[in-house]
Amino acid sequence: MNRKMVLYTTGQILGVEALCLLLSALVALLYHEPRAMIALLISAGAAAGLFLLSLLFRPKDTVFFAKEGFVTVSLSWVALGLIGALPFFISGEIPSFIDSYFETISGLTTTGASILSDVTRLSHGMLFWRSFTHWIGGMGVLVLVLAILPSASGRSIHMARAEMSGPTVGKLVPRMRDTAKLLYVIYLGLTLLLAVLLAAGGMPVFDSILHAFGTAGTGGFSSQPDSIASYSPYIQWVITVFMLLFGVNFNLFYFLLLRRFSAVYKNRELLVYLSILAVSVLMISLDLSLHHVFASAGDTVRQASFQAASVVSTTGYATDNFDNWPAFSRAVIFLLMFCGGCAGSTAGGLKISRLMLLIKVGHNRIRHVLHPRSVKAVKMEGKSVDEETAHGVTAYFAIYILCIALLFLILSLEPFSLESNLSAAISTFNNVGPAFGEANAASSYAAYSVLSKLAMSVAMLLGRLEVYPLLITCSPSTWKK
Amino acid sequence: MNIIICGCGKIGTTLVASLVEEGHNITLIDSDAAVVDQMQNIYDVIGIIGNAADCDVLREAGVEDASLFVAASGSDETNMLACFLAKRMGAKHTIARIRNPQYNSSSLVFLRQQLDLSMAINPDLLAAQELYNILKFPSAIKIESFSRRDFEMIEIRLKPDSPLDGMSLLEMRAKYNAKVLICAVQRDSEVFIPGGDFVLHSGDRVGLTAAPTEVLKFFKALNVYQKQARDVILLGGSRVAFYLANLLTASGTAVKLIDRDPAVCQMFSDELPKVNVILGDGAKQELLLEEGIKDAEAFVALTGMDEENILTGVLANSYQVPKVIVKVNREELISMAENLGLDTIISPPRIISDVLIRYARALNNSLGSNVETMYNLMDGKAEALEFRVSADFPFLNVPLRNMKFKKIS
Repeated sequence: MNRKMVLYTTGQILGVEALCLLLSALVALLYHEPRAMIALLISAGAAAGLFLLSLLFRPKDTVFFAKEGFVTVSLSWVALGLIGALPFFISGEIPSFIDSYFETISGLTTTGASILSDVTRLSHGMLFWRSFTHWIGGMGVLVLVLAILPSASGRSIHMARAEMSGPTVGKLVPRMRDTAKLLYVIYLGLTLLLAVLLAAGGMPVFDSILHAFGTAGTGGFSSQPDSIASYSPYIQWVITVFMLLFGVNFNLFYFLLLRRFSAVYKNRELLVYLSILAVSVLMISLDLSLHHVFASAGDTVRQASFQAASVVSTTGYATDNFDNWPAFSRAVIFLLMFCGGCAGSTAGGLKISRLMLLIKVGHNRIRHVLHPRSVKAVKMEGKSVDEETAHGVTAYFAIYILCIALLFLILSLEPFSLESNLSAAISTFNNVGPAFGEANAASSYAAYSVLSKLAMSVAMLLGRLEVYPLLITCSPSTWKK
Repeated sequence: MNIIICGCGKIGTTLVASLVEEGHNITLIDSDAAVVDQMQNIYDVIGIIGNAADCDVLREAGVEDASLFVAASGSDETNMLACFLAKRMGAKHTIARIRNPQYNSSSLVFLRQQLDLSMAINPDLLAAQELYNILKFPSAIKIESFSRRDFEMIEIRLKPDSPLDGMSLLEMRAKYNAKVLICAVQRDSEVFIPGGDFVLHSGDRVGLTAAPTEVLKFFKALNVYQKQARDVILLGGSRVAFYLANLLTASGTAVKLIDRDPAVCQMFSDELPKVNVILGDGAKQELLLEEGIKDAEAFVALTGMDEENILTGVLANSYQVPKVIVKVNREELISMAENLGLDTIISPPRIISDVLIRYARALNNSLGSNVETMYNLMDGKAEALEFRVSADFPFLNVPLRNMKFKKIS
């Protein structure tokens, strides 16, 4: 393996993080928060130092294969978390380093699970940094690096593939760099639009930006202790729509820009995504009105839509604590945690396209048992899926379930209910955020022990990077000479 | 520039490798998913799986914004159809690989006009022309002429007893009073751009430029001049052999063709009556001796099998045939063949990609760059460029020796 190249690229990524930290320090300066600013500056300095150090060891051999891509991605995400946790820890606003790390990883992986019971105690600089991690983690830091830095290697696709979500990663335009730029332009454009819409609805500008970051990355950190609950219905609807939008494959936005509308409305994944949502909203609304949870029908639909969109896009904002809802609604939300958004979006979870493939492969299998000699291709988006991809998805699902089971087992050492632990495992692994029971939307993960927090940090990373990069990095044969 | 390449065969792959380095936006179309995947992993390109003659596939590839569309798949008909559609859908320039001799007859001009092709390339014909040039001037292992044909770029290999062995370029210039410029030297696998104190060794591969008459004088002074080959043995009745035999017999050269397939032999004797066609296995030493390989002035191995070409080439070398040329298609075998002492190797994919890259550069010229022609030297490890110096060139009136070049480590 080309270790020098891996370390060098990781250094470059920390360089970008230094810039992001500087931006947050600027915010702290604007709000006259010297303590937060110094903490952010020190962290930025540490990231910049490592970046400069990596410049000294510029490798001659720039060969880069899939393996290097996976290792680079996982190393840099772990490093990003470590450096990103420093500001919280140094400023003392989150006294424990493990808690700071959990919070940062939760931000970067766009989970939005928090250990803070009262966010209002955080300074503006820290709040900004906390939400900004959502934004950079959503589309991916390596993708950002690819967009900014001139890359000599044609093999940069390996890095992007390791970081971007979904079973198959394609490019929009021939060159990776241009693809990365396009993705970020779309991402930035939508985020700005959302911030403007929120500000227009009467939300303070600072909070608008924070919530735009949280929604764009499908993260879920809010500046308010009750998340979005106390905002106006207009704001809640705007966020509902944008949570959904950021769970859509970004390629489709590009097609919209190119006016290739047929590519959008013929997209099966989008159709399934919207159908799942519509059916869920319908079921939850009916259940809620049967149990007379909300006074008016409008409220019921709004609450159901917001919660369903928030969970399916793995954002994790809340307008009501769904842990208090009737059992059937809770079950629907619990199941929605698994499916996640579309491939190629900023959402986490299993991804709709994987789910579709799994069901189709399963259906094919049953058919094959009935008619052993039948030959039938699995089709996705009108094209046959090759065996490799189909096997890849089933294998991914097996590993995914195993990882969740293991995490659940570790969390079960806690004195909480089975429901709390299982939902916490699923929620963190799928990068959703709130769970049921102990860590419900109105509460936090503060009560979990250090071991559980570490395990959940790893799980969030596993979920965001879609398992393989971290597992490959941890396998000894990767590091053999 | 947006370039679409259909077909990732040998030509397509060679082409992509060169064009990506020049910074073009390249889209590939191939029907084989595995090939497309592989190419996308190695090069920074986007791949589309499908038939290049399918409008939907072409639209997906963004043909309306393509400056250049190259159809280099295995089928002539697909290539023609793809180019025709691409042109209709808005591609600015289209190039089709058309290989079948029947399309390459007099009907080609009509075909090109009707299909609105910018260029039709025939790998076999191009290879035959390059072979013909070398056989006309066998001292060289590669010949190219610059745009106005009054200057040539020639590659030669220094023989073990070469008088230039151990001589620096300054000494050489004084001794032979030669108006030739040595611009690149390849020693083992390293390529040097030599200065005046560079010392040549035997075994070096030397690229030089000069006017054709000067080249002649220089070679005669060195005593390496070989006359045009007038008696040539061709092994293998491939398409390249067909075109080459045609060119050679037209210029009055005696051509003997050996092939083991009766039908091929029949076809050659029908079409090219002047060629002496021999039915037999060219890998047999006896046959080669019987047909007078020892007296031949040149031996060209053109069978469809790279390995057979290389081995018979080595054999011909051992009979001291003055000029031995072998055709090798597979890129990875070329350096192996060179290690076996074969110096003149013809690779059709390379010839094609050279031609196409020249075309792409010429297109780029109209978009602002000044490069007129480009030649690959030393198997692509060095390049010779011909460019126009415009009036706003920042280094006008600076003597070359004062010009500072960037050091690239």
